[in-house]
Amino acid sequence: MSQAAELTMEKHYDPIGSRIGMWLFLFTEFLLFGGLFLLYAIYLNKYPEEFHYGSSQLDQFVGAMNTIILLTSSLTMVLAVGALQRDRRKLSIFFLVTTFTFGAAFLINKYFEWGHKIELGIYPGSQELTQHPQGEIVFYGLYYAMTGLHGLHVIIGMVIMLFLLYFLLKKSHRALSIKSNQIQNLNGKRLLLSDETGKKLWKSQEITSEVTGMDVVVKGVFTEEQLKSSEVKLENSGLYWHLVDIIWIFLFPLFYLVSM
Amino acid sequence: MSDSVAGSLAAEKNFYQEKTHKGILAWLLSTDHKRIGIMYLFSMLTFFLIAVFLGFLMRLEMLTPGETVMGAHTYNSIFTLHGVLMIFLFIIPGIPAAFGNFMLPLQIGARDVAFPRLNLLSYWFYLTGAILALLSLFTGPGPADTGWTFYAPYSLRTGTNVALAVMAAFILGFSSILTGLNFITTMHRLRAPGMSFFKMPLFCWSLYATGWIQILATPILGITLALVLMERWLGIGVFDPVKGGDPVLYQHLFWIYSHPAVYIMILPAMGILSDIIPTFARRTIFGYKAIAFSSLAIAFVGYLVWGHHMFTSGISDTSRMAFSFLTFLVAIPSAIKVFNWLATLYKGSIDVTPPFLYGISFIILFSIGGLTGLILGALATDIHVHDTYFVVAHFHYVMFGGTGFVFFAALHYWGPKMFGRMFNSKVSYIAWGFLFVGFNMLYFTMFVLGYMGMPRRYYDFLPEFHSLHVVATVGSWILIIGIIIMFVNLYRGFRYGPRATMNPWGGTTLEWKVPTPPPLENFDKIPEVKHEPYYHPRNQEERQ
Ligand SMILES: [Cu+2]
Repeated sequence: MSQAAELTMEKHYDPIGSRIGMWLFLFTEFLLFGGLFLLYAIYLNKYPEEFHYGSSQLDQFVGAMNTIILLTSSLTMVLAVGALQRDRRKLSIFFLVTTFTFGAAFLINKYFEWGHKIELGIYPGSQELTQHPQGEIVFYGLYYAMTGLHGLHVIIGMVIMLFLLYFLLKKSHRALSIKSNQIQNLNGKRLLLSDETGKKLWKSQEITSEVTGMDVVVKGVFTEEQLKSSEVKLENSGLYWHLVDIIWIFLFPLFYLVSM
Repeated sequence: MSDSVAGSLAAEKNFYQEKTHKGILAWLLSTDHKRIGIMYLFSMLTFFLIAVFLGFLMRLEMLTPGETVMGAHTYNSIFTLHGVLMIFLFIIPGIPAAFGNFMLPLQIGARDVAFPRLNLLSYWFYLTGAILALLSLFTGPGPADTGWTFYAPYSLRTGTNVALAVMAAFILGFSSILTGLNFITTMHRLRAPGMSFFKMPLFCWSLYATGWIQILATPILGITLALVLMERWLGIGVFDPVKGGDPVLYQHLFWIYSHPAVYIMILPAMGILSDIIPTFARRTIFGYKAIAFSSLAIAFVGYLVWGHHMFTSGISDTSRMAFSFLTFLVAIPSAIKVFNWLATLYKGSIDVTPPFLYGISFIILFSIGGLTGLILGALATDIHVHDTYFVVAHFHYVMFGGTGFVFFAALHYWGPKMFGRMFNSKVSYIAWGFLFVGFNMLYFTMFVLGYMGMPRRYYDFLPEFHSLHVVATVGSWILIIGIIIMFVNLYRGFRYGPRATMNPWGGTTLEWKVPTPPPLENFDKIPEVKHEPYYHPRNQEERQ
């Protein structure tokens, strides 16, 4: 009974509830970065010159490019959500893949940018960096911590997209589940599948008393219900992706443009 | 009261009899809020007892001057571990995760929380954090010796296993966030028809306020601890004075979370008391809205007072005065609650049952703890008693005397509903006597010691403090005897005691209207709520 009972419980899902949950989660993300922005503000105030110098050493072009990439990816994310709302599943998948690609492009840029800096010996705890003034050490400490944490969020966002692709491509759907009290009546009987002419297509084994629950799964269809549930999931991942974007929009001027 | 007999006779299976998996997996893989609540309860009580034992060892060390049972370094590790276990594994998840999980859906008339699977995930996070915390004891260079606050720069330098302990706290933070998020969504979406926000039991209101603190404060701790890890592993320099960082900033960030966290610990306890008092005074609560809103006020003002932990850390006079003033402000909503409870008791027909007795101790002990908190919040006196036993005593009066006693009260109050059997009341009263006497002997002595200048976190003391330390240590023994009697009594009761009825205490909230123990889906039919939560029909009519 309980397995089936649980299934019915999970099935009753609540789009508004999951949206509330998502927004609450986004608050926690803002506060997570909020702590870092607080540190940045204080250290910028303490070491203005070193921060300006450090900022001038970063590659503004790569930073700007990444900003454009992320902004565009937010657009394609919105388009993916919009497409699914109009029940255009394939279009939605296309935009989702595009968004994923933009995310990957962002990370590749980041990889070369960091790689270049590390080649120059500028990374936390390096011999080279300890020769620099204290303000610069803190600047690069924050640079690596903040863009690193942001990069981690980009990766998480991309993993979420992979899950969504799986949901959008998956073609099976549980149509019916039979609970234990109903199944007791079926004891000793068999299930039969036949077409409209009455021709037998398939016959099941005998249902014994050991069977406590049963799911009927219809493969190869996309049901209304399934699309609706993916829609909520996609919407929420869209929100997450926009958060990643917004945080970058703050990081970009703070690290790349503060010296201008 | 006519419904109270029906409970145990109900034909429906209770949730213990409905298993999704075999053996222990029936627990570890269950998304049922009741099973998750009980898992939390048992895990937490285990860590509580371990931490009590560590506290016992610390007191033993302080029995005589010089080295009694352990050296200075061991003592440092033990008080760190005592703090980490008690704070992160017992009292922060504490009431919300154990009793909140079990009771919240029942009290608002729901079948489960909004996200049952997320709920299970947050228990797994809790378990992972707990395992990491225990691993930090036995692996690497030995247990952390920084105190539960992990203050930089010492936490960046010490050779002990700080990284693992910090990681444990980080993961436990995740667990706490997910619980808060789940509860808030549950209260917004799953209240039974007719149950407006102002018809929720006050325990739910306190969980609501707590949920917001969990969501808005815990991430700050998360990032702070993550930065400590990055400092230790990579040396990014933000808290390291050698590299230009400022360790005082660590303290700011740490207390931006950890002061609100004391309200995560205390608010749910206040909520439970607001449920217990009307039940045993047999009348509705006085000032329902005042109590509900004071929870939110505490949650809000509690954010703005963290600086009172840093009066001696070298922050500016202006900010010290502001923080001191705000600290005085945050006492007001707590006082509002105390006065409302007293007003509820006034002219009530009070029934002194064990849950009531344990609960009411809160008012006495919390008042002592709260008022000494004002001494600590005032600038001039804080300088004198900062980092002495006075702080330790204050903290234990509010946390153990407050939350701890209400936790015990909740075990007596809701335990029969959760486990379906009744404990022996007489033994409970005896246990309470030991607890109350032992508690005050131990911690009130600490107030005196602290006032005389005994610093905290030392394994040794000057000879003039000797007699008071002996009093405190003997107090700790009496306290522990009380704890043992209480738990043995509860265990025997919930295991072998007589069957509990549906509503043994005459409670009026919805959890008393389902069978004992509740069935898997809680309610056959979701009830419709017509009355305010503490509606006692007979008494109310008499009063009019
Ligand atoms: Cu505080």
